Amino acid sequence: MTRSVIELTVTAEDRRVAWLATAAVGLSLVDAAIPSPLPGVKPGLANIVTLVVLTRYGWGTAVWVSALRVLAGSLLLGFFLAPGFFLSLTGTTLSLLTLGLARHLPGRWFGPVSLSILAAFAHIGGQLLLARVWLIPHDGVFLLTPIFAAAALVFGTINGLIAAKLLAEPAPSDTPNV
Amino acid sequence: MSWLALIRPGDWLIMLLSAAAVGASIPVFWQGGLADRAIIRQEGKVFAEVDLKARKQYEVSGPLGTTLIAVEPGRARVVSDPSPRQYCVKQGWLMRPGEIAICAPNRVSVQIAGRTKVYDSISY
Repeated sequence: MTRSVIELTVTAEDRRVAWLATAAVGLSLVDAAIPSPLPGVKPGLANIVTLVVLTRYGWGTAVWVSALRVLAGSLLLGFFLAPGFFLSLTGTTLSLLTLGLARHLPGRWFGPVSLSILAAFAHIGGQLLLARVWLIPHDGVFLLTPIFAAAALVFGTINGLIAAKLLAEPAPSDTPNV
Repeated sequence: MSWLALIRPGDWLIMLLSAAAVGASIPVFWQGGLADRAIIRQEGKVFAEVDLKARKQYEVSGPLGTTLIAVEPGRARVVSDPSPRQYCVKQGWLMRPGEIAICAPNRVSVQIAGRTKVYDSISY
């Protein structure tokens, strides 16, 4: 009998992504526990992690962390492959693309707060478009746009400030001891 | 460190522009919201189409008597009506496109219209 051993080498980068994704998933759960007056209006606390990762480790790591967050978060909250999953995925994809462009803004002038607000708008924009095209094929969906946009501005600013605060502190040692 | 120190000059710019965009989005998406005209119908036929700009009153006669309709900037209502149950009067001011007060016994109705046609409900 042959024993086949598939060895996966885990790099420090993998460990870091896993830890950061865990933090993001944790915040997603907190997010889901906060009561919301309207479905779709959520603080989006996990985006704080995305912003910190983007600034510290680059866009590629941010994509990994976000993708894992959407996947694991939806599994834990029980909406994997449900409409909410696709809304989440679309929003995240668009905000990552926006962040990919926005991070090239001159850092002296535009900080995490700008990135956070732009990402929040991209997020809600993507979700509204998907909802219009797929879930509720009627322009009535857009009646909620001003509310969502205002929420994006408020929560985007708050999350950006928290991310800026975290980034102002010195970087922690790479990963906790595993 | 104060939170304000974390906001860079461009951040203020983005915040201002975003706030302006949110403000601007309200009339765009709630345009239903801006009531333009009131359509008064008598026996199902259009009796008058009124711009909701001036203050004015209309008397529409029906089989039971006269229905009095008041128009003010941005809104309209049925002031009095001879109908027994007074449903259309009790509806009060109508200000969003699509809203309608129907005085069925007297065969008079007032409907608010905006720039785009709004439906009560759609089934498909």
